[in-house]
Amino acid sequence: MLRKGIALAALGLALVGGPALAAGAAAAPKHVDFSFKGPFGKFDQAQLQRGYKVYREVCAACHGMDLLSFRNLGQKGGPFYVPGVQENDNPYVKTIAAEYQINDIDSETGDVIQRPGTSADAFPNPYPNEAAARAGNGGAMPPDLSVMAKARHHGADYIYSLLSGYREPPAGLTVTPGQYYNPYMAGDTTPFWSGDGHAPEGGFIAMPPQLAPDKITFDDGTPSTIDQQAKDVAAFLYWAAEPKMEERKAFGFGAMIYLVIFAGLLYASYRRIWRNVAH
Amino acid sequence: MADTVVGENPDPHAAGEDPNRRDFIHIAAGAAAVGAVGALAWPFIDQMNPSADTLALASVEFDLSKVALGQQVTIKWRGKPLFIRKRTEAEIAAAIADDGANLPDPQTDAERHKPGKAEWMILIGACTHLGCVPTFAGGDYGGWFCPCHGSHYDTSGRIRRGPAPLNLPVPDYEFLSDTTVKVG
Amino acid sequence: MSGHSTYEPKTGVERWLDTRLPIIRLGWDSIVDYPTPKNLNYWWTFGGILAVCLMIQIVTGVVLAMHYVPHIDHAFASVERIMRDVNYGWLVRYMHANGASMFFIAVYIHMFRGLYYGSYKAPREVLWILGCIIYLLMMATAFMGYVLPWGQMSFHGAVVITNLFGALPIVGEAITTWLWGGFAVDNATLNRFFSLHFLLPFMIAGVVGLHIWALHVPGNNNPTGVNVKSKADTVPFHPYYTVKDGFAIVLFLILFATFLFYNPNALGHADNYIPANPLVTPTHIVPEWYFLPFYAILRAVPDKLGGVILMFGAIAVLFVLPWLDTSKVRSMRYRPTGKLYFLIFVLACLVLGYCGGQLPDDHVIPGLSTFTLIDADLNSFVWLSRLATLYYFGYFLVVLPILGLTETPTAQPESISTPVLSHPAGMPAGAVAAPEKKG
Repeated sequence: MLRKGIALAALGLALVGGPALAAGAAAAPKHVDFSFKGPFGKFDQAQLQRGYKVYREVCAACHGMDLLSFRNLGQKGGPFYVPGVQENDNPYVKTIAAEYQINDIDSETGDVIQRPGTSADAFPNPYPNEAAARAGNGGAMPPDLSVMAKARHHGADYIYSLLSGYREPPAGLTVTPGQYYNPYMAGDTTPFWSGDGHAPEGGFIAMPPQLAPDKITFDDGTPSTIDQQAKDVAAFLYWAAEPKMEERKAFGFGAMIYLVIFAGLLYASYRRIWRNVAH
Repeated sequence: MADTVVGENPDPHAAGEDPNRRDFIHIAAGAAAVGAVGALAWPFIDQMNPSADTLALASVEFDLSKVALGQQVTIKWRGKPLFIRKRTEAEIAAAIADDGANLPDPQTDAERHKPGKAEWMILIGACTHLGCVPTFAGGDYGGWFCPCHGSHYDTSGRIRRGPAPLNLPVPDYEFLSDTTVKVG
Repeated sequence: MSGHSTYEPKTGVERWLDTRLPIIRLGWDSIVDYPTPKNLNYWWTFGGILAVCLMIQIVTGVVLAMHYVPHIDHAFASVERIMRDVNYGWLVRYMHANGASMFFIAVYIHMFRGLYYGSYKAPREVLWILGCIIYLLMMATAFMGYVLPWGQMSFHGAVVITNLFGALPIVGEAITTWLWGGFAVDNATLNRFFSLHFLLPFMIAGVVGLHIWALHVPGNNNPTGVNVKSKADTVPFHPYYTVKDGFAIVLFLILFATFLFYNPNALGHADNYIPANPLVTPTHIVPEWYFLPFYAILRAVPDKLGGVILMFGAIAVLFVLPWLDTSKVRSMRYRPTGKLYFLIFVLACLVLGYCGGQLPDDHVIPGLSTFTLIDADLNSFVWLSRLATLYYFGYFLVVLPILGLTETPTAQPESISTPVLSHPAGMPAGAVAAPEKKG
């Protein structure tokens, strides 16, 4: 009876899990074996550092990351975590923060000033407001990247696929100026399709291809290919969206073992209590 | 628990089994339940402790060049006022002169400032009685006076008279340079 | 509460308290010595599981309210701050979000169990209706809670659901404006939803108290549906069912923990991690999974008011169910035909849930176009929803009233103890009873 119950629940969940796949006619994202996948997955710190460099040198020009502060980079599981060093005192974090200029008010004069960042400051947005962001990008708003890896289906796989998936539009597809074809972008290309057969999968994105071979020099000597850059920044953005993932999985491992033992004890107790009752 | 089992069992011929072992399994299951609730209690208690963003703002750096001789600047630190006072020679001398006086909370003036920085008096501006903010001047000892219940502090921030039991606390701080101090 | 109390105060303090506030007696009679049929199977453990779910939701919810900011400019960021900066905030928030789904899994199993074993029939009608009220309150609470993070799905879900009331004639517009506190879902709406989301769980707890009270007057139903005849049919609740429920609760927590720790966002929508934007609606807007069957019913009707009426009717029909089922036999175990209709009913509910998550005009069988009937292709999820909706209502309004008069039930046991203790050769329960032997 119990097995049936669980099977039924699983069936129900399998059914409701269906709708996730329904949106858009984009290509299914490529599967990447990220180190953080799976129940024991952990972040690869070197990859997060490379990914941060891609973010810093490429993405941050247009995309904000409002929900993160510099100190987050130095917290446990983060790209610049140093064991035993408190996140605010992390030397790498302090150096990174100081590279940024933060808007502030001078407490004496009340003037608007700029000062070097501290570890407690949030990452500054490249644009003062949404209108400025749109004006600078042909009307399209570069979305905030703080939780991007949770805000799209297939998270990091999607980001990787999108960034590395730009290609020449197939003959017969009209691309409006300021738009770029990407097979992993959600959308519908049908109205722009004059070729034969079914319109190509994917959609149009206002962001031009950003990655290029050797555009970023990785400090650890990793070859700087588009594929590598896309993987690394996808991993970094996954960390940015879910910085407590390692803590969560570690906590879960302990909780699971405890619960299984607890269930075993209760079952033994249950059998013993009921042994003399016919039911 | 085991007692109840035997007592309530409608078919109580539980002969032939080791009662210790039977007790053990119920006790272990009960202990596991208590343990689970206990272990889960900690996250729910700890969530009320200061969060990471609160702790991140808990240290401040301050540019001392903004404070003139004989003046005091009050800044907010950890939600409380922080007095940063540049003392005059006369105030320092008065404080040292009272080192031997009958103090409720004995401390020498030298223990309350950094070596060689006698002019800088940095104090948490919360009266040690019930947390009101003392004002400078107005007291009988040339230092701070708490308007709430009349505690008098001297120029070193030491309690001299009134209901407050302790001197104004000195926070952890360090001089990063001659003109910059980091508190916390 | 049935029969006289067996509580005997042991100490002077207990005697003193018992004559002033007999609270220990109440606890003793309802949790320790409460006589419970001894043949309850694991489907009966979901009551205890639901009590745990409610407690988890209230405790985690109160904690979240300590950190959450109910303002459209800060709500999204404050939820993320809980996840990032508050100590164990990620744990509390994921517990609360996944706990809502677990709550609904448990309540649906609990309801199907009641339907199968006839737990709504006399003398348990009030018990059943109180359960329906709890379910309604749960839906309202879950809906308003989902609005609070102020993501895209939160916002547009709130827009769609509140607009349902606009379907009402004459007063519709006034009601939606009143619900919003403005001309659209906005800060005023978020604030009142936060307040009500905090209030309703305590009302649920209150009705749960009544539900348990109403349970303890006639006592539990049981898989045979046969009334308790003697003391031989029952065991005291403690330790027999405390330990059995406890075991089931821990198994349920393992399922919960699998989602919580290893796939915390599987039951949510990615779009809700995009801050609310009133100017853009997500391309595929669907409610949380537990509302999908009702969403499918809503979309199955090609008329706004009709859809709303049918959707609320799907819940309203549950309230009158005790008087729709004409069968004298409680448990479907002894109703072979009824059992078949019941299983199709469960299937219809699952189909509705599936349809609710699909785009209505998509084909059920890919690539096959048939002909159009009432605005939709016959091979579309709209039509599948329509068929399932028809069966949903048909089950309550046609099958149960008629079947009870026409079907021939198989022989029921004399009492709970009879089939179990003596195992008569021609016992009809057969395959159906077999799984219960484990429990």
